[in-house]
Amino acid sequence: MPETLPSGIASAIPANSLRRSRGLFIGRGGAWVTGLSVLVSLLSLLPIIFVMGVSWQTGWAAIETLVFRPRVAELLINTVTLVVITLPLCVVLGVALAWLTERTNLPGRRWWSLLATAPLAVPAFVHSYAWVSLVPSIHGLPAGVLVSVIAYFPFLYLPVAATLRRLDPAIEDVAESLGLKPWAVFFRVVLPQLRLAICGGALLVGLHLLAEYGLYAMIRFDTFTTAIFDQFKSTFNGPAANMLAGVLALCCLAMLTAESAARGSARYARVGSGSARDQRIVRLDANTTLLALTLQIVTCALALGVPLITLSKWLIAGGSEVWQAADLLPALQQTLLLGVAGAALTTCAAIPIAWLSIRSPGRLQRVLESCNYITSSLPGIVVALALVTVTIHFARPIYQTTITVLLAYLLMFLPRALVSLRAGIAQAPVELENMARSLGRSPGRALWLITLRLAAPGAAAGAALVFLAITNELTATLLLAPNGTRTLATGFWAMTSEIDYAAAAPYALIMILLSLPLTGLLYHQSKRTAGR
Amino acid sequence: MNALELNSIHKSFGTQRALENINLSVPTGSRTVIVGPSGSGKTTLLRMIAGFEFPDSGSLSLNGQILVDGTHSVPAHQRLIGYVPQDGALFPHMTVAANIGFGLADKGPTRQDRIAELMDSVALDSNMAKRWPHELSGGQQQRVALARALAQQPRLMLLDEPFSALDTGLRAAMRKMVARLLADAGVTTILVTHDQSEALSFADQLAVMRQGRLVQSGHPMDLYRYPDDEQTALFLGDAVVMPARIEAGWAHCDLGRIPVNSPDRNGSAQIMLRPEQLQINSSPTDSLGCPGVVTDRDFGGNTCTLTVELLPGKSEPGRSLLVRSSGMHAPPAGSAVHVTTLGNAHVLTG
Repeated sequence: MPETLPSGIASAIPANSLRRSRGLFIGRGGAWVTGLSVLVSLLSLLPIIFVMGVSWQTGWAAIETLVFRPRVAELLINTVTLVVITLPLCVVLGVALAWLTERTNLPGRRWWSLLATAPLAVPAFVHSYAWVSLVPSIHGLPAGVLVSVIAYFPFLYLPVAATLRRLDPAIEDVAESLGLKPWAVFFRVVLPQLRLAICGGALLVGLHLLAEYGLYAMIRFDTFTTAIFDQFKSTFNGPAANMLAGVLALCCLAMLTAESAARGSARYARVGSGSARDQRIVRLDANTTLLALTLQIVTCALALGVPLITLSKWLIAGGSEVWQAADLLPALQQTLLLGVAGAALTTCAAIPIAWLSIRSPGRLQRVLESCNYITSSLPGIVVALALVTVTIHFARPIYQTTITVLLAYLLMFLPRALVSLRAGIAQAPVELENMARSLGRSPGRALWLITLRLAAPGAAAGAALVFLAITNELTATLLLAPNGTRTLATGFWAMTSEIDYAAAAPYALIMILLSLPLTGLLYHQSKRTAGR
Repeated sequence: MNALELNSIHKSFGTQRALENINLSVPTGSRTVIVGPSGSGKTTLLRMIAGFEFPDSGSLSLNGQILVDGTHSVPAHQRLIGYVPQDGALFPHMTVAANIGFGLADKGPTRQDRIAELMDSVALDSNMAKRWPHELSGGQQQRVALARALAQQPRLMLLDEPFSALDTGLRAAMRKMVARLLADAGVTTILVTHDQSEALSFADQLAVMRQGRLVQSGHPMDLYRYPDDEQTALFLGDAVVMPARIEAGWAHCDLGRIPVNSPDRNGSAQIMLRPEQLQINSSPTDSLGCPGVVTDRDFGGNTCTLTVELLPGKSEPGRSLLVRSSGMHAPPAGSAVHVTTLGNAHVLTG
């Protein structure tokens, strides 16, 4: 028994396990994680360094001429207005739909939940393509807001619904017992607990609004990103585009600061004794049910009905001629290959930063996270051009190879993996990891066996989001892919550029079909709770 | 022989001092209880022993092996120290059997037997092996947590308020079961709690913490009877503390002349008596002791706590005392009584 254990155990502990230096007391694992996070973040700074380097070369006088002009003011107003109107609409719609599908007895709520996730399967520029086909005169800010809301609200719906499912119902019971009416319970107790999910989702939507090109180009709404793209395409005027990108990066920084301030430092993991009970379901009366169903139907009709009707129309009009197997099959293959490799790479790269952001949030970690967000908020074309320049000068062997394409995906889509992974790790309290360590697992093993297993739904959701993003990615792929590469998105864009909407339809359909199972998986994963 | 030695442990969080100069020896095979109010630093100390926190200075050794000192630290996973937190912290994605087997190095066919044996030792039915943590009651979760910690045959077991979430009846039963189980296994144990009755009943050695300092340690009976200061006295149970003048082994106070346990002390001091050292006599014919009136009667079943106000003296108003009495013979409020003392009064040093 234990009396006989000590000497044997003491000698069994390897001498090299006794670490020197107080600074390493956070653990060798912690130092590794921090190191990896710094590495990923430094890599993600490449495009920013590129923009800054070019700005330096341009000189202040030229910058002044390029930035302080009416055109930039106009773009800034357009972009800010788009964000300011779209974000609240997305939040309200996302939270309302999540609450209806998770917490009420709305008829067919499981189906509505699936349908609220489904718009993710339709690329943003396909939404645009559908609306332009249906209403050719659609353009400008109202069109931008409409299409943005229906294309991006699932980014809010998913995390909010997942959080609603996991909230401790006892907290709501207590609030009610303290005299709060149901609506007051929602606004004072439930909504504040959704803060992390809303902030994360809103940031994701905001970053998309800043970086999207195809959606706005098709409905002729000028944002910074479309302007930068046009600048490059028409004149290859590097400094002008880079200065615009600089302003865009500042916008993103402002958005990050706002999200960081709104996120707060509260803990959201449930660590209680006894078993967690199921969530309570609110019974809607007839009128509210009707209203709720109308909201669901209208959302579905706009987000799914319009693209499906338009696509069907073009597919019927195009007939069998538009199904050119010789073009479509290789495009499908290449999209799959890039998507899977990119999603795996990006999710792995996000693990250290996500872990740090939950386990030891601090200034360093926020700076690291911000590096990634800033880069991902830059338009794909800026990331791509930065990588072109850097690979030509410093890494010639990987210039115009798949490695560079994957690197661009990593830089652009890391926040997608990060937001989901972070929410997932927040579900695994540090006490459990400590427990595994006290049971003899090294910090790395404890992370793998406990935290990552519990965060697996979050990680899978993140990987699926990245896969979806890569499937629909356009500009960086156009610029960076080795000669002869044709993905579904670039194929689609080539066709629409030639105003051959019928020939573009099969590409759009395959992109949607390809994204559907992933969207389904995303939906399924977000339904799962730990241990069930 | 001492299993665990803590030497001059200091720890601060920012400007907040969490632990200050902690020195403690825990004998092999003993049950040491660290008791203190919330925020006194006891959980920090426990987490430090487990290896989840590190001291700013000081050293910590287990069975002669240094776990932490100024230059070295053995990581938590190499310490072989069992830990059971307040809520059990079961892994929610593993069944009961997987949770218990988590720390077992044995991956072979005997593994299941060992898990069954552990479940049996904590009185868990074997058909619970396939259940999920969320399907268990609080008490069952704690048993699983205990079995999981015992599985790796720890050199030391740390229990962080493991009974506080349980209801009263279950709490006492669990406490007894855990005490017996750990004694049978011969595992040195440290329990942290803010519940003084739990501390007194579980401990071989009791250590009282307050504001990051270890204020007193020793046998529970000694600490209860001879606390250093009033705060410790009151933390460990009800107490009557009053000023007295000490002369030649006797205290002169509102209760009259009482023998004290410090014959060398002289002059003014605070003395302490436990309520059970005071006896009341309500017989009108027997006037031995100090006269007073019962002002309140708190009926608690087998015992009754009476508040007795002593009749005012020449210069001071009447002092109120708590006196324990058998529930059956407790006089009602308003009764005139006489209070006598049993045994020695303890002279407080603090």
